[in-house]
Amino acid sequence: MIKVEGLTKRYARTIAVDNISFEVEKGQIVGFLGPNGAGKTTTMRVLTCFLPPTEGSASVGGFDVLSQPMEVKKRIGYLPETPPLYPEMEVVEYLRFVGKLKGISSADLARRVAEVTERCALGDVSAKLIGKLSKGFRQRVGLAQAIIHNPAVLILDEPTSGLDPKQIIEIRELLRSLAGEHTIILSTHILSEVEHTCERVIIIDRGKLVAIDSVANLTNRLRGAEAVAVEVEAAGGQPNPTEVQQRLEQVPGVSRVVMKDSKGSRLSFEVESLQGRHVRADVARSVVSAGWNLNELRSVGLSLEEVFLQLTAAEPKEAEPADEGGQKQ
Amino acid sequence: MKNVLLICRKELKSYFASPIAYAVMAIFGLIFGWVFFNATREFIRFSFQSQMMGGGGTANINDQIIRPLLGFTGTIVLFLVPMITMRLFAEEKRTGTIELLLTSPVKDIEIILGKWLGAVLLFGCVLAMSMINIALLFAWGKPDLKPVLVAYLGLLLQGGTLLAIGALISTMTRNQIIAGIATFFVSLLLWLLSWSTAFDSTWISSLLNYLSIVTHFENFGKGVIDSKDVVFYLSMTFFALFLTSRSLESLRWRA
Repeated sequence: MIKVEGLTKRYARTIAVDNISFEVEKGQIVGFLGPNGAGKTTTMRVLTCFLPPTEGSASVGGFDVLSQPMEVKKRIGYLPETPPLYPEMEVVEYLRFVGKLKGISSADLARRVAEVTERCALGDVSAKLIGKLSKGFRQRVGLAQAIIHNPAVLILDEPTSGLDPKQIIEIRELLRSLAGEHTIILSTHILSEVEHTCERVIIIDRGKLVAIDSVANLTNRLRGAEAVAVEVEAAGGQPNPTEVQQRLEQVPGVSRVVMKDSKGSRLSFEVESLQGRHVRADVARSVVSAGWNLNELRSVGLSLEEVFLQLTAAEPKEAEPADEGGQKQ
Repeated sequence: MKNVLLICRKELKSYFASPIAYAVMAIFGLIFGWVFFNATREFIRFSFQSQMMGGGGTANINDQIIRPLLGFTGTIVLFLVPMITMRLFAEEKRTGTIELLLTSPVKDIEIILGKWLGAVLLFGCVLAMSMINIALLFAWGKPDLKPVLVAYLGLLLQGGTLLAIGALISTMTRNQIIAGIATFFVSLLLWLLSWSTAFDSTWISSLLNYLSIVTHFENFGKGVIDSKDVVFYLSMTFFALFLTSRSLESLRWRA
């Protein structure tokens, strides 16, 4: 549904997004995770045709953002970081305006407005001026605006930022109810946000793609484990890959060994440790004592951990207990 | 076209939902009313005098009230236009609603034309305030209707040009006040161009004189539609709106 290839966005002096590629399939709900200033908003703005890419391409539903922007714009609903609201309009009036702007025919307009009003629980405030609404309601009007034309793709930039915990839960539930019929990309700098709503996570940091994986895999990989790249060379002739793999698996503290590559007599592995264990010294000793050469031994995935640390640091402390309180209600 | 009208209607609504529309109309109504009062008083004194003297001079409402009055209006317009145009794009850039417009399936030119049309219609409402006073002249005198209509057409054309220039300037900043002040000074400059060249006849001065917005109103004020002036206003409007679309486009590359 969404395809991004080699996307780069350069501003006058800085590179906001640096050679990012990813794909999102139909009906998926994907979290775009990264610390502030990582390039999330820029990527989203490229996808919504607000900004053109400097290099690379992006397409939505098979339409390129540069060559067929009108087709792309018809298929996306976009909620920017600050909801694009006109404070002098009433909620209903605003939704009707956006609906017409998105090309809904006047025959369908009333029905669509009623639908999103109900879905985003805006019934009580529909006749109020947007300028008089609270932050939570404004966010919901912003969301209603994004889904009014029933777009195939929803792009939401920090949909829960600045909301109180109860409102966050309401928005999350709304998002989950939207998944399936819509493909959703939402950005956040809060890790727990992704754990709660998303199936897949794309992590970026300082414009670079750090990881794409399912939420479960990522959290396992992230929680204190260490990944080590090992290259082994047999001194005289061809080493047996299974033998090396078994030997590495026997090192205490190792949870998983994956063979990455074999170039002639050299074999590359990625060794993952259990939580909180440092296995590099043991791996080295084990390889050398078997009579093989140890060509390389280095930590990988460090950038991921670094990002993870920043993300967990950004996680608001009161979010978790308040979460539970909200669920009880 | 549907989108142009949609955006135009939205602009008009937000003008009338905020104090801007009422403020501009009230200010214009007051100034125009005051000038009208004085011009009419002078005219009445003059016609009394000429009657007492034995009917020497002929008093003409068109020449002595309406023409100077509407000529003066052409100058007041310079001050009103920035108030109308300053928020057009600057406000949307500041609040981020520009992102909604630019990510909707609407062409840039439709957004620009819609906004410009909204501004022109508000400007029309402002001009309509002066018609109350002019109507009084028609109620008690017998002025010629045609030159009045031509003068209003001229005011509308001149206003349309200035509004397009104001829209252009409004795309360049996210600060309404800056947009307003810059528009005011550009309008003022276009007006002053005619002053500096009044006693000069080199090609530069005639060019500057040609570019002056106010000189092209003079014929309209006399009740004459000169195609040269119409072409000037329309082409200036078109050019300013074209630059606005370029400026809006560049927003995407810079922002």
